[in-house]
Amino acid sequence: MNLAISRPAVQAKPRVKPSRDMLMAVLVLIPSIVAVAVFIYSFIGWTIWISAVNWNSSIPDFTFVALQNWRIMLENSRFLTDLRNLAMYAFGFIAQCLVFGFLLAAFLDQQIKGESIFRTIFIFPFAVSAIVTGVAWKWIMRPDAGLNLLLDGAGLGAFKSLWYSHPTFGVMFITIAASWQFVGYIMALYLAGLRGISNEVREAAMIDGCGQVTLYRHIIIPMLSGITFTAIVLTGMGAIRAFDIIAAMSGSGQAFSTDTLALHMFEQTFLADRYSLSAVIGAVMIIISSVLVVPYLISTRKEVEQ
Amino acid sequence: MTATGTLHRKPLTIGRIFTYAFLVVAALWFLMPIYMLLVTSIKNFEEVTTARMWMLPIKPTIDGFVSAWTEGKIGSGFVNSIWITVPASIISSLMGSLNGYVFAKWKFKGSNLLFLLFLFGMFLPYQGVLIPMVQMLVRIGLYGKPAGLIFVHCIFGIPICALMFRSYYAGVPNELMDAAKIDGCGFWNIYARILLPLAAPAFAVVLLWQFTSIWNDFIIGVIVLSNPNLSPVMVSVQNLAGSLYTKWNVQMAGALIAAFPTIFVYLVLGKLFMRGLLAGSIKG
Repeated sequence: MNLAISRPAVQAKPRVKPSRDMLMAVLVLIPSIVAVAVFIYSFIGWTIWISAVNWNSSIPDFTFVALQNWRIMLENSRFLTDLRNLAMYAFGFIAQCLVFGFLLAAFLDQQIKGESIFRTIFIFPFAVSAIVTGVAWKWIMRPDAGLNLLLDGAGLGAFKSLWYSHPTFGVMFITIAASWQFVGYIMALYLAGLRGISNEVREAAMIDGCGQVTLYRHIIIPMLSGITFTAIVLTGMGAIRAFDIIAAMSGSGQAFSTDTLALHMFEQTFLADRYSLSAVIGAVMIIISSVLVVPYLISTRKEVEQ
Repeated sequence: MTATGTLHRKPLTIGRIFTYAFLVVAALWFLMPIYMLLVTSIKNFEEVTTARMWMLPIKPTIDGFVSAWTEGKIGSGFVNSIWITVPASIISSLMGSLNGYVFAKWKFKGSNLLFLLFLFGMFLPYQGVLIPMVQMLVRIGLYGKPAGLIFVHCIFGIPICALMFRSYYAGVPNELMDAAKIDGCGFWNIYARILLPLAAPAFAVVLLWQFTSIWNDFIIGVIVLSNPNLSPVMVSVQNLAGSLYTKWNVQMAGALIAAFPTIFVYLVLGKLFMRGLLAGSIKG
């Protein structure tokens, strides 16, 4: 069942000199190595190079200007709003996905009747694209319709909101829709983790007089910390990449209240032809992602090397 | 799965009732947008008002679907997406199968490091490579062409496909490989006679994963192939929302048509989908 990395047994120790088969193996890999080297690593390098030249019109200009574009960007109010929005989006998205993903998994793990039906319902939004999610939630979260009507009808008018049209927290409300789509994935990860914890652990804790809350707080949640790390990386990357769902729901919003780095970069490139400035945004996105992904990949090294 | 749990059912306590209540509310929450999409899409235009938003249609009609398919260009987007998604999924699965085989069974010096360098590509925000990618596609004449979009999907699918197949092949005992080597089997023979016949489940998982993510892609599609006549279906859905923005019934119908293939595949092949979810996360 588990496709997650398990151990390919170690090759026989006394190494023979590289055989023809080994050469064939490397040969098979070469097209992909070239593709990854060119399309990922050299392109990242090229983006960083473009960010240091003066190509801010439709005519390529490769005059080296060092950090000039970076300085312009750091003073650009839209860019600073994007960073603020990223922080809010990441907080809202990660928190909702982790908390509800874990809760749903923990509740589903209680020998529930109809578990597979619940599971199917919780995960199916992950099969729905971010664009479709955005189109649906745009209508659901319209201030004059959707959720606000339901809240009124339920006598909860006090909780009515401007949702994504909110001038300050609009971007945070978008994470409700984004989490609707993604939380099932996180639930699936946690559920697999919970199923991997043996009954003996639970029973031993019960015998020691642990209540349910203590059991989860001090034993189960720490045992699942690897999954939590994975979930933070996946949702964090989702926040950095946020593009489709926002494009479908609100666009950049009033005064860029729902703008993101990804939208900004896209517009600078395709609408404004300011390639060097948009390369700065692209490079910033790569740097922020690396802060999240590189420690994660290093932490998986042990699993990879087995 | 607990052996004891299935034997004696838990008594219905307040805690149990709360658990079920939580799960039912959650299920309603997840179904609510789909309900809204369904009821809105079968309303006629006059009935699409904010006040009646949550109500069932008085006279259900498929007009919304028809206009979405024809004037909304969801039809052509749908067909374009099939021609893009199917070849791209097949090619990237085949490549992944070979790459995974090498990474799992033919380890050479530095192959683990190389694998990690591949994985970094899985997490990459496309904005970081967008400008060079467009420049390159223009230069090799693939920009704005379906083949270009297929090409880009195959490239960005390399890491995840290699990861999934590598994990799967790792479970094949090395003794089988060694026995085959003693019998004189080489690289290709071992692949064709031992691993490939065992790989059907892995192919199913990877194909399903690639199909879902390529079908649902928007950003690469809008970058590489934004021409409305050639664009994939998610770009059409987004364009539809922009052009017929008051016709919510048409928009919702278009969104449903676009979402149908992946939802259908999920409902039919849910188990495989779950495996893909777990395999796509490296560890845990």
